[in-house]
Amino acid sequence: MSYEATFRVWRGDAEGGELTDFQVEVNDGEVVLDVVHRIQATQAPDLAVRWNCKAGKCGSCSAEINGRPRLMCMTRMSTLPAGETVTITPMRTFPVLRDLVTDVGFNYQKAREIPAFVPPQGVKPGEYRMQQADVNRSQEFRKCIECFLCQDTCHVVRDHEENKPAFAGPRFLMRIAELDMHPLDAAADSGLDRKATAQDEHGLGYCNITKCCTEVCPEGIKITDNALIPLKERAVDRKYDPLVWLGSKIGLRRG
Amino acid sequence: MTTETRPPEAAETAARGVHSPGRAAIAQRHLRLDRWWLPQVMTAAGLLLFIGYSTWRAFFGLHTSYAAPYVSPFYSPCLAANCPTMKGGADWALFGSWWQLSPALIVLIFPLGFRLTCYYYRKAYYRSFWSSPPACAVAEPHAKYTGETRLPLILQNVHRYFFYFAIPVAGILTWDAILGFRDAQGRWGHMGLGTLVLLVNIVLIWGYTASCHSCRHIVGGRLRHFSKHPVRYRMWTWVSKLNARHMQLAWASLFSVGLTDLYVYLLASGAFSDPRFF
Ligand code: SF4
Ligand code: SF4
Ligand code: FES
Ligand code: FES
Repeated sequence: MSYEATFRVWRGDAEGGELTDFQVEVNDGEVVLDVVHRIQATQAPDLAVRWNCKAGKCGSCSAEINGRPRLMCMTRMSTLPAGETVTITPMRTFPVLRDLVTDVGFNYQKAREIPAFVPPQGVKPGEYRMQQADVNRSQEFRKCIECFLCQDTCHVVRDHEENKPAFAGPRFLMRIAELDMHPLDAAADSGLDRKATAQDEHGLGYCNITKCCTEVCPEGIKITDNALIPLKERAVDRKYDPLVWLGSKIGLRRG
Repeated sequence: MTTETRPPEAAETAARGVHSPGRAAIAQRHLRLDRWWLPQVMTAAGLLLFIGYSTWRAFFGLHTSYAAPYVSPFYSPCLAANCPTMKGGADWALFGSWWQLSPALIVLIFPLGFRLTCYYYRKAYYRSFWSSPPACAVAEPHAKYTGETRLPLILQNVHRYFFYFAIPVAGILTWDAILGFRDAQGRWGHMGLGTLVLLVNIVLIWGYTASCHSCRHIVGGRLRHFSKHPVRYRMWTWVSKLNARHMQLAWASLFSVGLTDLYVYLLASGAFSDPRFF
C-alpha cells in the first residue's frame, strides 16, 4: 500500500526561511525519515538533513514533527493522522544552520562544563569493583543517545535564550546526578560538592519539574523523576536541611 | 530621531524565545496539532473544584464536621476550644479559646503546605495556572523566567519539612478511621458505610504520603551504596514503585479527602443516616 502525502518542511538558514510544501509518496511501514529521504532523492537534492543510524541509536535525526520534538527515524508514518499535512521543522531551541540541521554546540559546551568522573585514590584502572545494586540508577541514565530532544523541549532555554549561560539543561543535570550517585566517584574527596554546584553553577533551580524532557526522551529515561528531583533533594540535603547540616558538623557520615 | 512608534516591549517580544535571532524563522509560537491544552484545562478545573469546596468547608463547616463516630478529615486534629466533642478523637484544645475562627484553618496549613510544595502539584499548577510552560514545545507567554532559583519559589525546597509533618497528620487520620469501628454511643465492634469511607481515604492518604519524592530520597535515595544498606535499599525499591504512581495517588487522595468530608457533612446535616453493617 502506498499513498500520496503532503509534507511541509522548513527550508532556510540563519538569515530566514519558510515552510515549503511537497507532495510525496509514502509506503507501508515507513518512518518520517524515509519520506524526507524520498523528498531529497526526487524533489530537493539540496535538502539538508542530519542522520546516521536510522535505528534510534545515534541521536542525529532530531527534529520537530507536527510541533513535537522527535526522532525522525523513530516516528512511524502510521502514527500520524492519516491524510493530514505533516509539518517538519528543525529543533527550535538551537541556532539553525540549514533546513533541518541545527547547531547543537550549546550542548557540547554544557557537557564540557560538568566536571568529569574523579577516579578514587589508590584504585588502579581495571581494579574498579562495583555492585550491580549500586549502578542500576546510573545505568538508566547511560541509555542516553544524546539526541538533545530534552534540551530542545525544555522551556527554560527554549523560551528564554538569556537563560542559556546559566542552565545546563536536563541532559547535563542528569549527568551530574549520575556522577553523584556513582559508587566510585571521588569528587567529594577532591573538594568538589556536586550537589551544591548543581544548584550554584549549573542552574538546577531553573528546572520547575514540569517534565517535558521526560515526555520527549526517545529512550524513555525518567529524567525528571529519577535524576532531576533526586538531585534537587540532594541539594536540599546540602543547603537547607539543618538536621543533615548538624550531622555533618558532629562528624556523622552517610553511606 | 527615530520614527519607530512601536513600544520597546513589542520589539522585544517579537525576538524572544523561539523567535530569537539565529533560530529557524517560524512565525507560529508552536505547531502542535493535538489538543495540548486539554490536560491543562482539566487539571485547572479539578484543582479549582477542590479549592472552592474545601474553602467553603474550612470556613463554614464546623457545625457539620462531626457525626459520631466519624470526623471530617478537614477538622482533625481539631486544635481550638470551639471544636465539637469527639469521643476518643483528636479534639485537643491546644490553641485555647481565643481562637474564634474555624479550627480547620489551623490544621489545614500542614496538608495545604504539603500539597502546595509537592513535586507533582508544582508541575500541575506551573503548567495549568501559570503556563510555564502551557504544554511541551508550546511557547510560554512570560518575558522572563527564573524558575525556582529565587524567592519566593526557592521556598519549594522546604517540601521535606511538610513531609515530616504529614506523617503525624496521617497518623491521626488513621486513628480517626479506627474510631469508626464504634457506634454513635462509642461502643466498639461496629461498622458502617462511613467506616469504609474513612478507611479508603486513609489508605489513599498513606499511599500519597509514602510515594512522596522526599520520602523516596529519605528512605534510601540519598545513599550512594545501596549494597551496604540492604534494608533501606528494599524500602527505596518499594517507595520507588509507589512513587511512579505519585500523580495518580495525588488525585485519588485529593478526591477521597473531599468526598470523606462530604460524607460526614451529609450525615451531620441530617441528609441521610449512616447505613450500619453491624
Ligand atoms: S523537568 Fe526541568 S529540565 Fe525537564 S523540561 Fe521541565 S524544566 Fe526542563
Ligand atoms: S536524555 Fe533522552 S532526550 Fe535527552 S539527550 Fe538523552 S536520549 Fe535524548
Ligand atoms: S538516525 Fe540515528 S537516531 Fe535517527
Ligand atoms: S508529596 Fe508529592 S512529592 Fe512529596
